[in-house]
Amino acid sequence: MESSELKRSKDSVNSCESARRSSFPDEVLERVLSLLKSHRDRSSVSLVCKDWYNAERWSRTHVFIGNCYSVSPEIVARRFPRIRSVTLKGKPRFSDFNLVPENWGADIHAWLVVFAAEYPFLEELRLKRMAISDESLEFLAVSFPNFKALSLLSCDGFSTNGLAAIATHCKNLTELDIQENGIDDIGGSWLSCFPESFTTLEVLNFANLTSDINFDALEKLVGRCKSMRVLKLNRSVSLEQLQRLLVNAPQLAELGTGLFSQELTIREYEELESALSNCKNMHTLSGLWDATGIYLPALYLACTHLTFLNLSYAALQSVELAKLLAHCPQLKRLWVLDTVEDKGLEAVGLNCPLLEELRVFPADPFDDEIVHGVTEAGFVAVSFGCPRLHYVLYFCRQMTNAAVATIVQNCPDFTHFRLCIMNPGQPDYLTNEPMDEAFGAVVRTCTKLQRLSVSGLLTDLTFEYIGRYAKNLETLSVAFAGRSDWGMQCVLGGCPKLRKLEIRDCPFGNAALLSGLEKYESMRSLWMSACNVTMNGCRLLAREMPWLNVEVMKEDGSDDSQADKVYVYRSIAGPRRDAPPSVLTL
Amino acid sequence: MEKSSDDTNTENSGLRLKDTELRLGLPGSESPEREDHDQNVLSLKSFVSGAKRGFSDALDGGGKWVFSGGSGGGSEGLFSPRRGGNNNGGNDLSGSDSGLGGPVLKDGVAPKPLVVQEKKSQVAAGNGNTAPASKAQVVGWPPIRSFRKNTMASHPPKNDNDDDNAEAKFGSGCLYVKVSMDGAPYLRKVDLKIYGGYKELSSALEKMFSCFTIGQCGSHGVSSRDVLSESRLIDLLHGSEYVLTYEDKDGDWMLVGDVPWEMFTNCCKRLRIMKSTEAIGLAPRAMEKSKTRT
Repeated sequence: MESSELKRSKDSVNSCESARRSSFPDEVLERVLSLLKSHRDRSSVSLVCKDWYNAERWSRTHVFIGNCYSVSPEIVARRFPRIRSVTLKGKPRFSDFNLVPENWGADIHAWLVVFAAEYPFLEELRLKRMAISDESLEFLAVSFPNFKALSLLSCDGFSTNGLAAIATHCKNLTELDIQENGIDDIGGSWLSCFPESFTTLEVLNFANLTSDINFDALEKLVGRCKSMRVLKLNRSVSLEQLQRLLVNAPQLAELGTGLFSQELTIREYEELESALSNCKNMHTLSGLWDATGIYLPALYLACTHLTFLNLSYAALQSVELAKLLAHCPQLKRLWVLDTVEDKGLEAVGLNCPLLEELRVFPADPFDDEIVHGVTEAGFVAVSFGCPRLHYVLYFCRQMTNAAVATIVQNCPDFTHFRLCIMNPGQPDYLTNEPMDEAFGAVVRTCTKLQRLSVSGLLTDLTFEYIGRYAKNLETLSVAFAGRSDWGMQCVLGGCPKLRKLEIRDCPFGNAALLSGLEKYESMRSLWMSACNVTMNGCRLLAREMPWLNVEVMKEDGSDDSQADKVYVYRSIAGPRRDAPPSVLTL
Repeated sequence: MEKSSDDTNTENSGLRLKDTELRLGLPGSESPEREDHDQNVLSLKSFVSGAKRGFSDALDGGGKWVFSGGSGGGSEGLFSPRRGGNNNGGNDLSGSDSGLGGPVLKDGVAPKPLVVQEKKSQVAAGNGNTAPASKAQVVGWPPIRSFRKNTMASHPPKNDNDDDNAEAKFGSGCLYVKVSMDGAPYLRKVDLKIYGGYKELSSALEKMFSCFTIGQCGSHGVSSRDVLSESRLIDLLHGSEYVLTYEDKDGDWMLVGDVPWEMFTNCCKRLRIMKSTEAIGLAPRAMEKSKTRT
């Protein structure tokens, strides 16, 4: 061994070469690195030296692309030759709330064409906020003989015909996961397209489709797919049908029921209860549309080992929820509608000591005249009973600074704190003060905070706090808040790990936008809509930062100088060429 | 299915039935709808000229941009003034323009109301102590996925935690009535205000009660369930088996569809999906009634 060379201090490349000379073969390195799953670890590894960069790229089988326009499919294929699984995200998150024009882009097809050439053995595709056509789904179905898993969330542009193509052609399919999408639900015949010989399905989620499916076909499918572990049905499946499915699939780990109300005889009810309780592996339960107190008890025995209960489409009342939760001692994640009210949340605090995640959705988000829903009291009650709580999404109509301070004192481990006081710019309803101190308490106390959504009446002070204390913050969502550019400047100047910043309807202008000049390259993206940014400000940004794509979406009839919606993101693919006329790339 | 109390307001101007109705409210406070009818134009104007600023102006000038929903659990009723209304607290927070606005304030900004929805919007800006008539719907707010929005709209959650004796809950933003169906184990509630006409109401009810109809129409194990389609339901509800009836203010049961939609929403107290065999004799009375009404 040339130990004297090893002892010399040198730059990393040289030390790499000597390390290589000390016989650490690439194959071994690749083998070791193939065990690395985390993208961030892999990114770090690839920066060590050229050898490690190469070993990493050859051993990577799954690529995660958080912004489909940050890179081109050709670049991806060139760097990673052995990809079998791709996760792609497209449109900015505010497209979920109709703030992005429909034909904005993020079309999957160009990617599929490249993948068909470079990754013929592609197995998995997980898409979020992408535009997908039926033609693309058909192309996917016939181009990849080994295709196994398709997961779609918040995508649009396709219909159930596309699903039929997948069912027809993908002989090795193990996962078909159709989450909430803008799908054109033409009919349920797609499910009948799975061939009789097809037995490999493990995950089937069609809960968010509305059309009736052929139950006979479904029953046979579930019967012959013995490895099925996730089954999420849609509303068209009745309780009696559910029972018939369950007797043939007691191995299910995740179940989404269909409609949970039907006139049942005593015997039918008992059969249902028995079928449910036979699912000893069940850890996730969802669906439960129109569930009422009458039939919920059928679930009790099945809930013993439940860790995730999704009641966000079941408008339960507080008493019904309380009774159900008494049977869910292992619950870690709970999603509910605010029909359960504060009393229901008190029951959460009493029955679910292991709770880590709570999401409370509004049943009537656009109706303020009806006084119902949850208040600060419910949230506080949960915080007292669930000290392990670290993820919360909470829609309410009133909140106080004191309540939030208490909440984070009880639960200091928040990683995701998303509070939506539904009335824009509403102050602390007891003191009439801004909600600055609430979010100040959150960022001061919760040092692990990664994601924050703020709401209520907020001055720049909130953003001073965020900039000063939120050292691990990666995602920040702001709406109807702040007083001046200073607020946004504090955030851009402060949060070292900031990756995504989305702002709407705030008085932040060019000075704020331009203060983040250097920061945007270390971020995935910035969204600003209905703020005070002008075209000139955006042009300046685009000019100064060539590695950023600066896109402006204009509203009809707005002033020429106003930049109504701005989307800024880093990219190594250059400005995109598929933008519609309403999107200007500067 | 968005509520459109504003549209109802303007369409009602001929009938003026609301003027004669007993409404909840504090002495001296007018029914918000009537009040806003005139203020509408003003509110919209402030929006039109202010564009994005219009919204902040609402925060600045009008004081409380808040709703009765926030006033401590509703114990004060729908139309009570906001706690801490337009007092100093309000002024401190949203006082000067410079506080809220950034240095770049466009005066000649082209008209583009911030609040855009398929219908006109109302703003509580000038209303001070009274609750606003309806929420000005802001695009994409609250931040709920369209999918969830649409699902909740087409399948509104049941709401029977309130007084069973209250058959119709009045509020300027909603009109809940109970719907019962012969043979169904429990009631549902619908908000008549969210439907534009009889067709929408009817299809919503079909969807809501389809589960019961399925239970009724097939015996166990019959495949009729599998192929039950919307058209079949329509046949069931409008064909021979069931008819939709309503109880009006006078306590009489009438066939739904005989009177203009606005009149119907004003006088309907509850709905009942009745077996058609029991509905014989309703039709003539309904006709007579509508004659005397006009």
